[in-house]
Amino acid sequence: MQMEKSKMIMAWFLASEAAFFGFLILAYIYYRNAISSGPTAKSSLDPSVTAIYTVLLIASSGTVWIAQNKLKANRRSDFRGWLLVTVALGAIFLVGQGLEYARLLRHDVTISRNLFGSSFFTLTGFHGLHVLIGLAMLTTMLGMAWFSSIGSKEWIAFESIALYWHFVDVVWIVIFSIIYLGALL
Amino acid sequence: MSDIPFSPAAPLPMPVSGGRLWLGLLSWVSAVDHKQIAILYLLTTTFFFIIGGLEALLMRLQLAWPGLPFLDPGMYNQIFTMHGTTMVFLVVVPALLGFATYMVPLMIGASDMAFPRLNALSFWLLLFGGLLLYFSFIAGGAPAAGWFSYAPLSEKPYSSQTGLDYWALGLLGVGVGTVAAGLNLIVTIFALRTPGQSIRKVPLFVWMVLVNSFLIIAALPALNASLVMLLIDRQLNAHFFTQLGGGSPVLWQHYFWSFGHPEVYIMVLPAFGIISEVIPVFSRKPIFGYGFVAASTVAIALLSLGVWAHHMFALGLGHAWDLAFGASSMLIAVPTGVKIFNWIATMWGGTIRFTTSMLFAMGFLITFTIGGLSGVTFAVVPIDWQVTDTYYVVAHMHYVLFGGTLFAMFAGVYYWFPKMTGRLLSEPIGILHFGLTFIGFNLTFFIQHFLGLAGMPRRVYTYPDFPWWAAMNLTSTIGAFVLGLSVLVFLANWAVSLRNGQVAGENPWGGWTLEWATTSPPPVHNFDRVPPVRSRRPLWDLAHPENPDWRHGQ
Repeated sequence: MQMEKSKMIMAWFLASEAAFFGFLILAYIYYRNAISSGPTAKSSLDPSVTAIYTVLLIASSGTVWIAQNKLKANRRSDFRGWLLVTVALGAIFLVGQGLEYARLLRHDVTISRNLFGSSFFTLTGFHGLHVLIGLAMLTTMLGMAWFSSIGSKEWIAFESIALYWHFVDVVWIVIFSIIYLGALL
Repeated sequence: MSDIPFSPAAPLPMPVSGGRLWLGLLSWVSAVDHKQIAILYLLTTTFFFIIGGLEALLMRLQLAWPGLPFLDPGMYNQIFTMHGTTMVFLVVVPALLGFATYMVPLMIGASDMAFPRLNALSFWLLLFGGLLLYFSFIAGGAPAAGWFSYAPLSEKPYSSQTGLDYWALGLLGVGVGTVAAGLNLIVTIFALRTPGQSIRKVPLFVWMVLVNSFLIIAALPALNASLVMLLIDRQLNAHFFTQLGGGSPVLWQHYFWSFGHPEVYIMVLPAFGIISEVIPVFSRKPIFGYGFVAASTVAIALLSLGVWAHHMFALGLGHAWDLAFGASSMLIAVPTGVKIFNWIATMWGGTIRFTTSMLFAMGFLITFTIGGLSGVTFAVVPIDWQVTDTYYVVAHMHYVLFGGTLFAMFAGVYYWFPKMTGRLLSEPIGILHFGLTFIGFNLTFFIQHFLGLAGMPRRVYTYPDFPWWAAMNLTSTIGAFVLGLSVLVFLANWAVSLRNGQVAGENPWGGWTLEWATTSPPPVHNFDRVPPVRSRRPLWDLAHPENPDWRHGQ
């Protein structure tokens, strides 16, 4: 019963989050053709570099799934290992985003520069915030797995966190396709 | 009776402090019990209702006669913005959530909400979001761009004071809390129903709350996204809604109303639920057409997601768009009409008891129907162009929100007050309250239809001395003060009845749903034993073992 409840609320919460991201994505698409001057996705982004980070984030969805199976099979040290890999991959993705932001800011592409800046930083910023929150939850799980035992309650929590992590991943695939692959067109 | 299998009450999700109603301040601040949190919701919304009502009275004073110097234009703009924002976000929606938080677990035989601490978080986000909004008054001026804060008026160059930042931040807090409450209610209804109570056997109030909760999690993200974008515009100089940087004020309208129109139904569906509980009990008949009432709610919710642009006809979207949104808006009248006929058919041939609760429910049927009819007129695009932004709109929205939702909530208060407190509200004072409300309400708002048709614009601090305008406005102002008086009578009824009201017992009205199968007020764990549920009226089955509902396939 308890498991159903926390997975259920996470699933509906993510549905609501999908709507939230949907509005930010729509705004990006709506404004893409309205940019009259200044930087655009085409002129300022480097899709090939971001593609590497994208692959790493997708990989972290796989590692979190493996970790889940290890926990189910009660292989605790394997679980900790795969969880650590997941956290590392997520952290590398965030570092990549930070490096990209730093490069853009050096070239004076800011949130207040033009509509591209406004909609790009808002959308990717909110996604980055979600990755950060996911990392916080995964790291908490990692700490608990290391320093105390994981019972059935934590196992249920991990199911929900994994669901959240997959969601963040899927949202990024959509964002990457629209912003970065869209810039190649 | 003893051979009927009772199901054991579900274990408590967590320890709660004490069972009595009043255990000192700490038990309220730390409350996780759904009944305590619901009472906090209802008290907080009553507080904001009084503030919002006083703001309305200030406006009506200013408009009592042409050219009064009582409120200057700037202050008037702040007051109408705060009145609308308060009533929508801090009164109607959270008060309905308060009813849901109290009643849904009881009606499904659960001991609490699915996530009691999340429940508390929702409430505190509401309270502090509201306080943040009102803090704007002492931080340099309240927001003054209306409750839907159209861009570019809401942007820095036109609203340079911090009022709108507090508006956006406060509503963001309230919005997040509302989404959390919606999620909590969905899981509660799906996961915690007592054995035997399938989703087709839950009381209609629970049905409406469920549909409403889905509408909340679908629509509120649009508001939250718009608020975030507005805040980024104002704080970080982005360009989403400013024309200067190429942004689009029209996008704000689309985003706000794609939240704002579902919001209209978020403000009325649970009220339909209250009416669907009150009318059968006081007509001594089961609801007519349970399936139709439930299904029409789903239809309303789905349609409500596709009609937002009827708030934007004046914008000039183009002929095809206007026609499409006009047609979809008219369609909503069909499932709403279905409900009205179901309620009337429930009363038809029943043994009606004219309690205060029932009077408010019947008042609801009349005033909400009037508001619904004027609503349909807006779906006719040329009429909308003629009356947009006039007092006709003000009259319409108050007929559905005050004459609709608020009447239903008064019916709900009189109906469930005994369950919540253990004492009945006084009927004589209640009937006085109803009379004053009904007269005051219609006196205030009916005449505004004519003012609007005569061309009086809303949101302007005064008006020219055209023939009859002064008299009509004075009538409206007098009505508003009668309404103010009715609220005082209502509060007096609380004060009197809490001390000296008739003791209610478990089931003062002869209701058949589960909330009446426990003490008033219920113990912390709600039920010692939950009666078996084999139909929509479990208490009827218990009282009439020779002729239970489930034998008739209900």
